[in-house]
Amino acid sequence: MTTIAELQQISLEMRKAILRMANHAGVGHVGGSMSAADILSALYFAVMRVDPQHPALPHRDRFILSKGHCTPGYYAALALRGYFDRELLYTFDATGTTLQGHPDMHKCPGVDYSSGSLGQGLSIGIGMVLGAAALGESYKAYVLMGDGECQEGQVWEAFLYAGAHRVRNLVAIVDHNRVQLSSTLADGVDIDPLGQKLSAFGWRVIETDGHDLGQLLPALQAAAVECEQGPVAVIANTVKGKGVSFMEGQYQWHGKAPNDQQLEQAIAELEGRNAP
Amino acid sequence: MTVQPGTMIEQRASFGEALVELAAENDRVVVLDADVCTSTQTHLFRNAYPERFYQIGIAEQNMVGIAAGMAAAGLVPWVSAFGVFLAHRAGDQVRNAVALPKANVKLSGGYAGLPTGRAGGSHASVEDVAVMRALPHMTVLEPADAVETRLLVRLATQLPGPVYLRTVRCEIPVLFPADHAVTLGKAVPMAQGDDATVFSTGMMTARAKEAVEMLRQRGLSLRHVHFHTLKPIDQEAIVDACRMGKPIFTVENHSVIGGLGSAVAEVAAEKEPCRVIRIGYQDIFLESGNDEELFDQYGLTARTIAARIESELHR
Repeated sequence: MTTIAELQQISLEMRKAILRMANHAGVGHVGGSMSAADILSALYFAVMRVDPQHPALPHRDRFILSKGHCTPGYYAALALRGYFDRELLYTFDATGTTLQGHPDMHKCPGVDYSSGSLGQGLSIGIGMVLGAAALGESYKAYVLMGDGECQEGQVWEAFLYAGAHRVRNLVAIVDHNRVQLSSTLADGVDIDPLGQKLSAFGWRVIETDGHDLGQLLPALQAAAVECEQGPVAVIANTVKGKGVSFMEGQYQWHGKAPNDQQLEQAIAELEGRNAP
Repeated sequence: MTVQPGTMIEQRASFGEALVELAAENDRVVVLDADVCTSTQTHLFRNAYPERFYQIGIAEQNMVGIAAGMAAAGLVPWVSAFGVFLAHRAGDQVRNAVALPKANVKLSGGYAGLPTGRAGGSHASVEDVAVMRALPHMTVLEPADAVETRLLVRLATQLPGPVYLRTVRCEIPVLFPADHAVTLGKAVPMAQGDDATVFSTGMMTARAKEAVEMLRQRGLSLRHVHFHTLKPIDQEAIVDACRMGKPIFTVENHSVIGGLGSAVAEVAAEKEPCRVIRIGYQDIFLESGNDEELFDQYGLTARTIAARIESELHR
């Protein structure tokens, strides 16, 4: 049973891996990876039933990175969890790599579905759990979505269907960092009040801090149980670029990789050596 | 079930019935609908296997995504909708959730081309083959009659990956005997001749066959070949016809851009240059009206197909 302290350590390692991977590649969606790091830690190390030695285990829980651009975070989580060697992270986005810019289920071990085009993951998650039910399986699907992504219409088709049909074993987690590619959501198209909307669509809604694992872990654990009755949405209130003072809340860090100097400064902050 | 050649049967009914027969043989097959099942005839499947029929509502994007997830879970989903909406409304999902990851999803594009029951331009897809052909990993099939519809539904289900099966709403004549066989990517010889070649697909094969027969009476001997597989196209059949040194005519219920005619021209131009004359919709959207009156207007009745071929050969 992974403790909060252990998860915090994992999140720290994950954040460092994200920054190093992106820096090495010269590219990477860092802001949204950093905001998702604690969610990924909790899911992969405490909540989801998975076995990295058997990535195709039939009754494993499924994970879909619907916000598919946050591959630095995803790959760091998979590496730390043991799906592949950490050294492989330095092949991110390189020619011929198994770690493509957006997740490729036929290349990267542990990826349950390819993604990249926003708004599609929740539909796929619905299909997986409906398929599971048809075949007598009871695994769950956890779909990690962006909040900007919730501007896509298909997302609402999926919320509508899952609520109307009370789809079971489905958990949607919205990484609500309130910043998208070119602006904040407030300056783009605000999706709030999100919780009220999802409730109206027939979902059980759990709102939580997306970084305080003392809140986040129990929220995800509750979702894992309650989704057996109907679809559950966990709205995780997060900070884009969380952990690095000059990245936090900045849309400019949506798709940017740190240079060497920024990397050094960021790592120092994360390790508490240079408190901002 | 044995049906007499020449019998007129709605292809949408053939498709609907084929799915029901398939379900009895394969318990992984499920059907998804976006509220058009009483049009596309998948309501027959709904009646027979209600627990395997998923009504997704008027939400084609969600429908295709759900199918992708179901395929990943081990089901064999048939997604049935009007071709125009699969190609466009759900186009991103077909591309990114199905084709790109090679999902085992079978897409049925019904109501293809002109005969949509008078729906008009918004529904009459002249370009769905063009879209689907351009997608890597996508197999594109267009059966000619009730017999082939059943065979290709089965074939598509057995293939390990994305398939787009194109059918029409209207009545079409049974062309093939009960023991007809289909092989993926192998065109079907219909008639021998050496004045020119006619290639056709889908519902146009019956009309092309009639046109070839009419022209035989007028002294023209035409080779006629039917393509049930538009992708992967039978390159050998095309090159063989090119080697005759005579023009190739293509006939399709589709735009002359991006469909059978284009596929043939692509191969001919690269391998064995030959004149290819494409009979189809000339880069236009279609309109409401009586099917046969419109087919005649667009040059896609047996009479007008024959007239076009004859005039080109006698130039």
